[in-house]
Amino acid sequence: MQDWPLFEIFIRSKNGLHHVHAGSLHAADPEMAIENARDVYTRRMEGVSIWVVESNQMHASKPEENDAMFDPADDKIYRHPTFYKIPDDVKHM
Amino acid sequence: MNNKYLEEKFQSAIDAEVKIEPRDWMPKKYRKTLIRQISQHAHSEVVGMLPEGNWITRAPNLRRKVALLAKVQDEAGHGLYLYSAAETLGVPREELIDDLLEEKAKYSSIFNYPALTWADIGTIGWLVDGAAIMNQVMLTRTSYAPYARAMVRICKEESFHQRQGYEILLTLCRGSEEQKALAQDSIDRWWFPALMMFGPRDNESTHSQQSLKWKIKRKSNDELRQQFIDVTVPQAEYLGLKVPDPNLKWNEKKGHYDSSELDWDEFWRVVKGHGPCNRERMEARRKAHADGEWVRDAAMAYAEKRRKRETVK
Repeated sequence: MQDWPLFEIFIRSKNGLHHVHAGSLHAADPEMAIENARDVYTRRMEGVSIWVVESNQMHASKPEENDAMFDPADDKIYRHPTFYKIPDDVKHM
Repeated sequence: MNNKYLEEKFQSAIDAEVKIEPRDWMPKKYRKTLIRQISQHAHSEVVGMLPEGNWITRAPNLRRKVALLAKVQDEAGHGLYLYSAAETLGVPREELIDDLLEEKAKYSSIFNYPALTWADIGTIGWLVDGAAIMNQVMLTRTSYAPYARAMVRICKEESFHQRQGYEILLTLCRGSEEQKALAQDSIDRWWFPALMMFGPRDNESTHSQQSLKWKIKRKSNDELRQQFIDVTVPQAEYLGLKVPDPNLKWNEKKGHYDSSELDWDEFWRVVKGHGPCNRERMEARRKAHADGEWVRDAAMAYAEKRRKRETVK
């Protein structure tokens, strides 16, 4: 198992939906990862599409930087539709 | 940022029901406790395949065989979800497997008991998976999110396991005198070991206090054990089986069943490696790992070959 890289697995449960992260597994290569993902994560017809990505190719934000990272969006309430006052008489808006 | 400040911030998050994700700061002991607990949970799933795997070729009919095969396959998958969750904490899979094979890590003691008769397959599904479900439902609210998510997935799949077992017992208990006796003998052997699955008494459980404070555990061992008894006794009565506890009695005032104290000597004996099947289980795991080495190596060699072929194209 020491040589088998770790893969992150994403499953689309049906057309129209996003792929959702389902977990991880070790495999010798991407093809094997897809087959193993099929065996483990779609046993009850839970998937129509599988994506696998080697875990060392996943890049993520740092939680300790969350404040600075996400703070600018907090005070921009004008990005929300409810900020704008439209009279009730105006339809379809 | 000093450690004390980080620990206080962490505890506040826990108290506020904020979930902890893999890259969040966490106390060293929290990480270590979770690695131990999640990996031992994973080992339990895989070792748990052994007593039932033994009966796949001995199932009485095709319906029972496909159900048992599917259940055992599920257990392998559950092991994977849990190893996956453990690996998010920064420990490689190989280290977890080595710890199991070198007996540095444990697995649930219940799997050190043998499945002696077909009725045991029913009882294991009903009582052992039943107890596991109770624990796992509680753990869907555990503070470490990857563990909680694995639990949600496992719980969805586990309920078929319990129903499969109970259905076997329904068939036996509605059958001949011999079949009923088989079922009764089975519960006689498995009832107390199943109750031991919930672990030592609260006042003898060294990890419990901290686990509850960090919301790794959401209910205590004794609480879950009592819940299991209350839920399961009516199920036994429906089957017409006698729970092998002479002190079992409904306590109207408490709203719970009173029951006997467990044989804690046996509990610790089995945990420490002296149960009926400990040695056999470990030998099976070591053999499986050793026998599978050529497959792991061959897969890598084939992957390398395929990659080279693709590059040349």
